[in-house]
Amino acid sequence: MEAGSHFGFILAAYVAAVAIVAALIAWVMVDYRVQRRRLADLEEQGATRRSASGRSGRSLQQAKEEA
Amino acid sequence: MALVDFANPSRFLKFADRALPWLGGLTVIVFAFAINRAMGAPDDYQQGATVKIMFLHVPAAWLGMLGWGVMTVAALGTLVWRHPLADVTAKAAAPIGAAFTLLCLISGSLWGRPMWGTYWVWDARLTSVLVLFLLYLGVIALWRTVEDPSRAARAAAILTLVGAIDLPIIKFSVEWWNTLHQGASVFRLGGSTIDRTILVPLLIMAVAFTLLFATLLVAAMRNEILRRRVRTLRLMQASAAS
Repeated sequence: MEAGSHFGFILAAYVAAVAIVAALIAWVMVDYRVQRRRLADLEEQGATRRSASGRSGRSLQQAKEEA
Repeated sequence: MALVDFANPSRFLKFADRALPWLGGLTVIVFAFAINRAMGAPDDYQQGATVKIMFLHVPAAWLGMLGWGVMTVAALGTLVWRHPLADVTAKAAAPIGAAFTLLCLISGSLWGRPMWGTYWVWDARLTSVLVLFLLYLGVIALWRTVEDPSRAARAAAILTLVGAIDLPIIKFSVEWWNTLHQGASVFRLGGSTIDRTILVPLLIMAVAFTLLFATLLVAAMRNEILRRRVRTLRLMQASAAS
């Protein structure tokens, strides 16, 4: 079988892979910036979590609430 | 370190901040090596150069199934142990698993056209993978539909456990039914039927894709924890204002 006869199919598969992986990376990066900005805005407005005071030895239930 | 320590989202955020640059860097290095080996692999004696599509298609298929496997363990964590990070993991893994399943379907179609003469056939392997993709979309829709994260987590966990039935169907479909898709050729009793010159680059590519999956999952989990903190703060603000 000639190597170049199906080049278009091979190229299309790799282009699809790059596009999908790039979309995934862009999604996590953009989402991270959005969430960070929202948190910063809220903290600027004075909103803080109860656990933000740096307590240690939190219980599982408290950790779950925090999540 | 006790299990409960891993359950702490703050600890996970610290872990993610430290681990992500290393994971990302390692992923890039292994991918560079894997692509180099894949491009240097010889053509298959029957399939010619189209065997290069296998280096994408097979890892994508494995990760599509791995994603649902991760969600299944997380679903048990949500329903049985009520682990705080279980639903975070499940929610973060769904879009990543869906993306790899989509890549599996697209690359499979593009491989099928020159080899089988058709982009698609309703055989058991292809159909069961399409069902997996639709299940992913269903779980993602469920997470977006139910506003309360803990209620959404329980509903998504039940759907995930039901959907896990599809994993053995995908794996054994080529043995249980007469399919156009070839049978198992990498992990099978009696050893792989793929020549080492193609098998080794395939396995290296699979490691690279798995590292990418892990990196994306940790990053998406970090985002989900931050999203929940934003939600909690907004609820606190709203209750303070009322």
